[in-house]
Amino acid sequence: MRASFVFSEVVTGLRRNITMTIAMIITTAISLALLGGGLLVVRMIDKTQTLYQDKVEVSVYLTNDVSETDPECAAEPCAGLRAALEADPAVEQVDHESRDEAYERFKRIFEAQPELVKLARPEALPASFRIKLVDPERPEVIDQTYGGRPGVESIADQGEFLDRFFGVLNSLRNGTFFVALVMAIAALLLISNTVQLSAFTRRVEVGIMRLVGATRWYTQLPFLLEAVVTGIVGALVAIGLLVVLKVTFIDDVLGGSIQSGVVSSVDGVDILLVAPILLLTALVISGITGYVTLRLYVRT
Amino acid sequence: MIRLEQVSKVYKTSTRPALENVSVEVDKGEFVFLIGASGSGKSTFLRLLLREEVPTKGRVYVANFDVARMARRRVPRLRQSIGCVFQDFRLLHNKTVAENVAFALEVIGKPRHTIRKVVPEVLELVGLEGKAERMPNELSGGEQQRVAIARAFVNRPLMLLADEPTGNLDPDTSQDIMLLLERINRTGTTVLMATHDHSIVDSMRRRVVELDLGRVVRDDARGVYGVGR
Ligand SMILES: Nc1ncnc2c1ncn2[C@@H]1O[C@H](COP(=O)(O)OP(=O)(O)O)[C@@H](O)[C@H]1O
Ligand SMILES: [Mg+2]
Repeated sequence: MRASFVFSEVVTGLRRNITMTIAMIITTAISLALLGGGLLVVRMIDKTQTLYQDKVEVSVYLTNDVSETDPECAAEPCAGLRAALEADPAVEQVDHESRDEAYERFKRIFEAQPELVKLARPEALPASFRIKLVDPERPEVIDQTYGGRPGVESIADQGEFLDRFFGVLNSLRNGTFFVALVMAIAALLLISNTVQLSAFTRRVEVGIMRLVGATRWYTQLPFLLEAVVTGIVGALVAIGLLVVLKVTFIDDVLGGSIQSGVVSSVDGVDILLVAPILLLTALVISGITGYVTLRLYVRT
Repeated sequence: MIRLEQVSKVYKTSTRPALENVSVEVDKGEFVFLIGASGSGKSTFLRLLLREEVPTKGRVYVANFDVARMARRRVPRLRQSIGCVFQDFRLLHNKTVAENVAFALEVIGKPRHTIRKVVPEVLELVGLEGKAERMPNELSGGEQQRVAIARAFVNRPLMLLADEPTGNLDPDTSQDIMLLLERINRTGTTVLMATHDHSIVDSMRRRVVELDLGRVVRDDARGVYGVGR
């Protein structure tokens, strides 16, 4: 096997169909970047879920009156509520959060958006009990038992909000995967078409090769490698796109929420984990497409 | 060296057989003309030897290969032992003379130092020394055919198949090509040449196998193209 021969054939082939090569790289890259984006969203969902796993809380908001007059939760009805909650077998832990503490936490979460913090007044925030459940899957028991009791303004189940939040992330992921699939089909057809075109432009060469007794390695490997090389270049471009996306979109736009622990970040490690998957996908798909095309359309 | 046993070939798209019950044997070192009108089956005969086509019936042997039945992956080995030239030369126009010849060795994996050594040798044999760096379109038809012959012969095949190699050449140039084929034949290489050029066949006085509508109608040891034609 003369590697230099095959290599120079591949380079000539790619240069000869330069427009097709570029189109092929772009479609492959977009398709793989979407796939990678989808995978990153999956990672983000996973990590955010663990982030919340042992933190899912039910908040029992107290009325304005209680919030105002009883910051220490020393008087009725606040103290009675606390005692009842602490005695409740469904409840693992109860924390009282006063109006001032709520304001402090609010400032921390939105420290990236100082305008928002300026707008908020401590008086607008209610005091609350933050409750951790023994069984986080059954938050409705709190509502059933404590909803409507004196001093209780409302009960908010954080799990419900999280479900909705993860629902959004999941559809985002599904959408990304769907577009990735459509783009992958486009990339596949382009690769197949380019291999055919390449084989057609080189039919005289290949004819001579067959005639003088070149093996299939020599007659077909260059076409196959052409497909695989563009696939891999496409994957590299896709990985580059993901890095750019992380730096510009995720770090900038979601930066505040990430720092305050609302959502989990996408870091370099995630991209490092996704990159080999993209490379492997590119390798396998372009290789198989090239091989099948040669089998179907090119005489050996 | 070559043996066809009751070979018939019917192309899928045609009704009449291109070859019908053809039995021919050619020994090592022979020079044989395959003659007949256009459409008589000469090219089909040669394609069967190369396993470009498989016979519908009968058996084909080339050297030690059972050509019709051998595994596909062994076909390259068969073709490496056969050199081929055609009426239309089939040169690569983006490669020089030397590169065209070297190409035949590169694609079968011959080492570079061998290629560097044998290419000039074969170019000298076909009388193209000094034209190694020319492009094919800077050569006359006869010279282009010499390049094709050099390419076919550079790997020292057991036999050389030539399908109307003089079909595009004028009589004088054709005569030069015939001298070259004769020289190659004298090295012990079997030469099988399809042609319908009367004067060439008549002047060479070699074995003649004549096909007519796919049948062998004549096999003369020292033939002429045909009396009364
Ligand atoms: N690939 C093919 N498909 C169908 N018919 C063919 C094919 N090649 C040759 N033929 C037919 O077979 C017959 C013999 O052709 P060929 O071997 O080319 O003859 P020659 O070389 O003597 O002119 C002709 O009738 C021709 O039309
Ligand atoms: Mg013919």
